[in-house]
Amino acid sequence: MEDVGSVVAFWALAVVTLGAALVTALVRDLVRAVVALVVSFLGVAGLFVLLSADFLGVAQALIYAGAIPVLIVFAIVLTPRAARDNAETGMRWPALVLAGALAGLVIAVAVATDWGDGAREGFRETASAIGEALLNRYVLPFEVASVLLLAAMLGAIVLVRED
Amino acid sequence: MSPFLAEWWDLRDLGNLVGAILEWISERGAPDWVTYVLSGIVGIVAVLLWAILSQLAFIWIERRVLGRMQVRLGPNRVGPWGILQPLADALKVLAKEMVTPRNADRVLYWLAPILVVVPAILVLAVFPFSPGMVVADLNVGVLYIVAVTSTATIAVFMAGWSSSNKYSLLGAMRSVAMLISYEVVQVLALLAVPVFTGSMRLGDVVAWQDNYNAWLVFLQPLGLLAFIIASAVEVNRSPSDIAEAESEIVAGYHTEYGGIRWGMFQLAEYVAGFAVAATIVTLWLGGWTLWGLEEWVPGWLIFLAKLYGTFFLFIWMRGTLPRIRIDQLMGFAWKFLLPLMLLNVLLAGLEKVVWTETGASAGLVLPAFAVLNFALTAALIVGWGAIAGGLSPRMRAKRPLLVREVGGIYYQPLP
Repeated sequence: MEDVGSVVAFWALAVVTLGAALVTALVRDLVRAVVALVVSFLGVAGLFVLLSADFLGVAQALIYAGAIPVLIVFAIVLTPRAARDNAETGMRWPALVLAGALAGLVIAVAVATDWGDGAREGFRETASAIGEALLNRYVLPFEVASVLLLAAMLGAIVLVRED
Repeated sequence: MSPFLAEWWDLRDLGNLVGAILEWISERGAPDWVTYVLSGIVGIVAVLLWAILSQLAFIWIERRVLGRMQVRLGPNRVGPWGILQPLADALKVLAKEMVTPRNADRVLYWLAPILVVVPAILVLAVFPFSPGMVVADLNVGVLYIVAVTSTATIAVFMAGWSSSNKYSLLGAMRSVAMLISYEVVQVLALLAVPVFTGSMRLGDVVAWQDNYNAWLVFLQPLGLLAFIIASAVEVNRSPSDIAEAESEIVAGYHTEYGGIRWGMFQLAEYVAGFAVAATIVTLWLGGWTLWGLEEWVPGWLIFLAKLYGTFFLFIWMRGTLPRIRIDQLMGFAWKFLLPLMLLNVLLAGLEKVVWTETGASAGLVLPAFAVLNFALTAALIVGWGAIAGGLSPRMRAKRPLLVREVGGIYYQPLP
C-alpha cells in the first residue's frame, strides 16, 4: 500500500464504511437505516477489492448489498410494529455489549496477527483458490453451513405452512 | 492467434485506435496515471454514448414494431415515419416539472432514480464488444454481472416506499419479490457457463467458444431459455411487467415520479435490457465471433448485431404474450425453473467430468453433448411440466400456522 491511489482509496472507503454504519445506528427511519447499511456493506466490498480479493468483494456486493437488504425490507414491511421506527428498546444494552465484545475480538485478532505476510503478492485468481479450499480442506464447515441453511429454509416453510 | 493487427487504422477493433492515442500521449511525457485515467474516461464515455443512442433508437423501433405487431400504426407524425419521436419525447421529459408528493420521504425519493441507473450502467463495463473494446475485463466477470444488477433491487424499493402511495408500494413489493426469486434462477443458469469454460472472465468465455467453434447455446439450451425468461422478469418487460402493470397499479413503483426522474427509470430499464442482451450474446451466442467472419467484419458490429437481435426478441415477447399473474410468476420460478436449473448445473458438471476424465477430443464430445442436451431439455420441460402441472395449488388460502400462533392482521378469504 505504498502508492498514493491505494492509500486514498483505503481512507475514502474506510470513512464511507464507518460513516454509513454510524448513520445506520443513529437514523430514526428504518428504511433509511437499511439504505445506509447497504452503503456500509458496499464500502466493505470496496475494501476487499483493494486487498485484491476480487471474488470476496463481488460476493460481498451480491449477498450483502443485493440479498440481505431485501430480507430486511421484507422483515420491516411484514412486522406489525415497524411503525415505531428505530426507537429505543430494551435490547439496547445487550446489543451494545455484544457489539463491544465483537469489536474487541476483531481488534484483538488484528493486533495478534503478524502482518508481515501482508507485504506478499496478491492472489492472481482468488475464485479458484477459494473453491479449492472450500471443497478440500474446509469441506466439513462448508457442509455444516449448507445443512444449517437447509434447516433454516425448512423452518421457514414449516412456519408458514397452512393448517 | 488473434487476427487483429495492433495498428491504429485496424478499425475492426476500436481499442487499437484508443491504445495508439494513449501511447502517443505517454510518449509526449505524460505520467502513467494520466493515461490510466484517460483510458477509463474514454471507455466510460463511449459506453454511455452507445447506451443512450441505442436507447433513443430503440424507443422508436420498439413502438413502431409493437404497433405493427398489434395491427396499429405507432408513432408516425414527428419527422419521416415518426423517426424523430424519441427526440420529442426526450425534450418533453426534460422540460416537465418534477412533482414531489407532500408525504414523500424526500431524501429517498430524490436518491432512488439516481441509484437505479448506477448498476444498469456499471454492468456494461465488463462486456467485450471486441477483443480490445472492454472497459474492465474482470476475472470474476460473470459473478460481477449478477452482483451489480442485484443492487438495483433496493433502489426500486426505495422509490416505491418513499413515494407514500399504495400503488407505488405494491409495485415495489411485487418487484422485490420477483427480483429475488428470479435472481436465483439467473445465477444457476449462469453457473453452468463457467463450468464449461473454466473461467468467469467474459473475454475467456468468448475465446473458449471461438476456440471450440461451439457457442454455449448448443451445450446449454436449457440454461439460455431459463436465463431469457428470468431476464425478462429482471428488466420488467412484458409478459412479466407486473411491477408496473398499468391496468392494475397505475405504473407501479414509479407512479409518483415525473419529468426527468421518470426518465431515469426508463433509462435504467432500457440499459438493463441492453445489459441482459449483451450477457446472453457474450455467454451463449459467441460474443464478437461469427465462425471466422470477424476477420472481415469488425467484431463490435457482429456483437451489436447479435445484441440488437436479442433485444428484438424481448420486444417480440412483449408484443405477443399476455401479462402473467403474480402467483403464477412466482410459482413458475420456484417450482418449475429452479429444479430444472439445479439439474442443469448437475448435468453440466457431469459432462465436464466425463470430458476431462475420458480425455476424449472436443470434436467428438461436444456434438454428442449438444444432441444429448437438446434431447434432455425437451424431455425435462415436457416431463416436469406434466408433473408440476398436476400439483396446482388450492386457490383458497387457509390461515398459516405462524399467523395463528403469533397473531397479526389476517383477512378472511371471500367465500
